Amino acid sequence: MNVLVCIKRVAMVGARIVVTPDGQEIDTKQLGFTVSPHEECAVEEAVRIVERLGGTVSVLTLGPSEASEQLRDAAAIGATHLVHLKTDGREFDPIATAQAIVEVVHQLEAVSGTYDLILFGNEAPDTGDYQVGIRVAHSLDRPCVTGVKNLEVAETSARARREFRGGDELFELDLPCVLTVKEGINLPRYPSLPGRMRAKKAVIEEFEPVWQASLVVKEGLRVPNVTRERAEILGTGVDAVPALLALLEQIGVLS
Amino acid sequence: MSSYEPSRNETQHPSVLCLVETDDGTVIEASLRALSFARSLAQSSQARLIAALVGEIPEITASSLGSFGVDEAYAVTSTQLSPYAPVAWAQALRQLLVTCGATTLLAAGSDRGNEVMAHVGALTSEPMAANCFGATRIDDETVRLSRQRWAGSLIEDSLLRSTTALMTVAFDGVSSQRAEHATTTKISAFAPNLDESDGRTHVARWTGRSAGISLADARVVVGGGRGVGSADGFAALDELAELLGGAVGVSRAVTSLGWRPHNQQVGQTGTRIAPDLYLVSGISGATQHLAGCQSAKRVVAINTDPDAPIISRADYAVIGDLNQIIPALAAAIRERNSLTS
Repeated sequence: MNVLVCIKRVAMVGARIVVTPDGQEIDTKQLGFTVSPHEECAVEEAVRIVERLGGTVSVLTLGPSEASEQLRDAAAIGATHLVHLKTDGREFDPIATAQAIVEVVHQLEAVSGTYDLILFGNEAPDTGDYQVGIRVAHSLDRPCVTGVKNLEVAETSARARREFRGGDELFELDLPCVLTVKEGINLPRYPSLPGRMRAKKAVIEEFEPVWQASLVVKEGLRVPNVTRERAEILGTGVDAVPALLALLEQIGVLS
Repeated sequence: MSSYEPSRNETQHPSVLCLVETDDGTVIEASLRALSFARSLAQSSQARLIAALVGEIPEITASSLGSFGVDEAYAVTSTQLSPYAPVAWAQALRQLLVTCGATTLLAAGSDRGNEVMAHVGALTSEPMAANCFGATRIDDETVRLSRQRWAGSLIEDSLLRSTTALMTVAFDGVSSQRAEHATTTKISAFAPNLDESDGRTHVARWTGRSAGISLADARVVVGGGRGVGSADGFAALDELAELLGGAVGVSRAVTSLGWRPHNQQVGQTGTRIAPDLYLVSGISGATQHLAGCQSAKRVVAINTDPDAPIISRADYAVIGDLNQIIPALAAAIRERNSLTS
């Protein structure tokens, strides 16, 4: 079983996002970087599948040089092959990202065989485009299911479940396929110390993706105005309980 | 902006096509919001508003489409479309788009809407802008739009350059508004030309809603974060939620610690809630969490730190220890209930 997981380096934003003075990027000077919770789960899921069925876990990212940190984090929990589509820092839109990934997948598969599974996070937290996995699936002519929260993989098939309006949808797929997963599919492990040591020395295979201009031309970024005034303080400690009770009564949530 | 004049001839008015999702014949709230967005875009460009629904369109659905100003609705039917098959839905929409000469295709920014529209984008090699909340047509090839990044914590203003504008509509940030004048929606049937491969990936089995109040639909959500202190600490929140006929929601920290299951997580990577009341305690208010509760009508925060970000996003706040306040509030509600019953 060969699994490829695609991840994206994103800023760890706090309570409020700050935009650079030119309005084009978010200000990341004070911020750390990570991958989205969906993608942490995608890497964990791949490692679990390969622990059970044998095979390889490749992890791919498209991003600046520093994105190698996120690849090494994935190696620390069990990824065996690391692939870096190194950019000069410019934003790749979903179409450009998908094309770059597909080109590299073709090259890698020509050498080491088809990936039975290609996993993505359901959406990137920063741009929230909800489409790179689907575009990759179409280019490779493979079936695709998004938002997967439960996955059973056998040698040649997969059963993927996801939530839909409070219920549960089951898809049955033949491999190879493309899946985008959501947090909650598993609880990712913490990297072990030997895992971290291994990750430091892991080899990263590098590619140069081709940037192309987006047809969604960004004019600028801004932080939304939060119209709420500062909260009305009802009180301190248990002394505030009568005021809280009166408020609940007023809102009409008491039976 | 109103200077835009469509360049098409009189016989073929440009139109805005909107995918409408229903649940037991009722148009879902996310689609009503998408229709409201679609109508204002159509009006700004003198375009007709057309709805696409998969399956037959019963009278009651047609009348609710009319109250949202839909000029025409297509009942899209094919054996490949049911059970739900995302590629088949996307192929059908792509064909309908051509048939009705629409220049814009919209859907709700729901799980299904975003999925289908991404497939349309892939099939047509056109860009797709997800979770838009503002759009104005500039010319035949340009729409100026505002869309959500970071699940609504950041706004992107962009120009979408495509002869076919593909967009989904953000749930938070667009309200559902009936048209000033209801229309009589003309209903037509549309049978797309689909083959078996379009329906290859489909829902093999659907298991209905589980019992109890779902977090997404709850009128009251009692929220708890790391400040609750332990898995056992949630007993008091469970009790309060039950007294209020609501559901418990938690922060990502809580699910990562394994205190509560992931299906109770409120946030960017969890559930988006829209209750009348969100009573939130022990949560500082990181972007990840706030993204999930933007549609809450009222937020009441209990926190020991008066400077926590959640306080500045709340309508009301109590400063103090939730592990004392929540049980005391539950006791006060029980006492009130015993007096009124």
